[in-house]
Amino acid sequence: MDTNILVQAIISGLLMGGIYALVAVSLNLIFGVMKIINFAHGAFMMLGMYVTYWVSVFLDIHPYLSLLLSMSVLFVVGFLIQYGLINRIIEAPEHNQLLLTLGVALFLENLALFLWTPNYRMIKVTTFAGAVHVGKVMFSTPRMIAFGAALTMTLLLYLFLTKTDSGKAIRAISQDREGAHVIGINLKMIYSLAFGIGSACVAAAGTMITPFFYITPTVGLVFVITAFVIVVLGGLGSFWGAFFGALIVGVAESLGEVLLSGSLKQVPIYSIFILTLLFRPKGLFGKRHV
Amino acid sequence: MFKKSIANSLFLWFGLILIVILLPFFLPPYFIHVLVMILFYAYLGTSWNILGGYAGQFSFGHAAFFGIGAYASTLAFVNWGISPWLGMILGGLLGMLLGLLIGSLCFHYGLRGPYFALATLAFSELLRLISLNLDLTGKAMGILIPLKGNAPFSFQHESKIFYYFVILLMFIGVLWITRCIDKGKFGDYFTAIREDEDSAEAIGVDTFAYKLLAILISGFLTALGGTFYAQYFLYIDPAITFGVGNSIEIFLRPIVGGMGTVYGPLIGASVLGPLGEVTRGLLGGYQGVHLMIYGAILVSVIIFLPNGIYGWLRSLKKKHRD
Repeated sequence: MDTNILVQAIISGLLMGGIYALVAVSLNLIFGVMKIINFAHGAFMMLGMYVTYWVSVFLDIHPYLSLLLSMSVLFVVGFLIQYGLINRIIEAPEHNQLLLTLGVALFLENLALFLWTPNYRMIKVTTFAGAVHVGKVMFSTPRMIAFGAALTMTLLLYLFLTKTDSGKAIRAISQDREGAHVIGINLKMIYSLAFGIGSACVAAAGTMITPFFYITPTVGLVFVITAFVIVVLGGLGSFWGAFFGALIVGVAESLGEVLLSGSLKQVPIYSIFILTLLFRPKGLFGKRHV
Repeated sequence: MFKKSIANSLFLWFGLILIVILLPFFLPPYFIHVLVMILFYAYLGTSWNILGGYAGQFSFGHAAFFGIGAYASTLAFVNWGISPWLGMILGGLLGMLLGLLIGSLCFHYGLRGPYFALATLAFSELLRLISLNLDLTGKAMGILIPLKGNAPFSFQHESKIFYYFVILLMFIGVLWITRCIDKGKFGDYFTAIREDEDSAEAIGVDTFAYKLLAILISGFLTALGGTFYAQYFLYIDPAITFGVGNSIEIFLRPIVGGMGTVYGPLIGASVLGPLGEVTRGLLGGYQGVHLMIYGAILVSVIIFLPNGIYGWLRSLKKKHRD
């Protein structure tokens, strides 16, 4: 095997891993606070991608310029879904919440199918396109930008969670729900805020990949299942676990693509998933007491 | 008084049986198809319900069992000419074997709730990827089952009435099994595990054995459903058998109808089936509309009827009596 191909695969995997990191970290934020596995996370990403698509088609602007808009729209959507729907059943058994988000995902994905057809759409970009070559290894420019943006966003999210009052309230809830309630934190408001932020982050991931990733109503499913693998690998509720888990999964997938044919590339990922679930259900970096 | 009520209920049952037997002979093929689909999903939902509803182990990957059954009977038929009736039993046994694998791994390592759900999802996705890449399973093209015409021994018939009676018998069978579980001591153990696994363990219920039993029964029955699907549509591919969408279709009915109840899945199927047909009829030109409505129903049921339609009806009846 040519080492260049392997190096190339690792680079591509790391770049994609950065995007996965943002998707997984925001999924984990929602899990950490509400203990909900959010099946609608992929649907939110898909909506973010469509916001970007329509804005860039109608206004004829670069997809990156719609970043704030797609984040705001999805923040509102996420906030309202938590506020109006999930907050009503926050005390119900776990699988009910999982099913509620699944219902939301089914609804949104098929609404998109109804409104915008299953056609695959691409956004053609001329600026910030192309690639940088270092020796025989290629660095795709839009992928590097997406990687950089995703890392920045992940870092901002981390700073928000550790430095601001709202962020500290979110972390307080994820550590001790009753205690947080006793000291006067408005649980339902913080839940909605966390869900909104999680949705905005995944929308950002969606926007940043539009220059090199197709857009279709079911695109989110690919990412959300990968994100499940990542958060289980890194540990449900663990911020940095999800981050490093994403990079590992990105590289594993990319190597799988080189070493195995066609859609078999995902087999290593599911194998990692099952092995982690069985042998380290708290994840590689998960806290023992979670 | 007592005798009269028995006579009444006998009369009612007799009438019901008569209607169920005679109905298809008076209906056009399309409506028989709708009935077949209702019974088919009621069958799958009831099979899922044994594990997901009664034993409380929420499987998100029942498509794995379905697909194993569908591919087992189909491959045996296409490659070796083995009758799908035998293939069906073979598929069921393989489904059981898969249940043994998934169950003994997941339950041994103590996976519960969402972790178990995600693990079953991973198994079904793995099988989808494998079937998508094997020459044996026809890859993404899937397998067309050769037409044999009116060949009941090959599990094929040109009339839909044949399939109606097959799925009716299968459904009655699974209903009977569920009733036995519901009334018997297995049901009590399953419920104890569902309500509070640690306490069940503490009072001496062998939770591992009973969860394993539930997944073996459920896996066997679901695999039989896979063979029925293959013979009814005479075509299978990796996405329609092992896909996530199929897993969702399988557990949607019991959730809407009422998890952990004997008749919940049938009620769910009877509501969703015609509703899906009506929306497809009205808005057939648009893809995904019926799934959009299923999504909205799922959300509404979870919020407003957390015990499903059956649970809601029962609480109404109770309120009425008080």
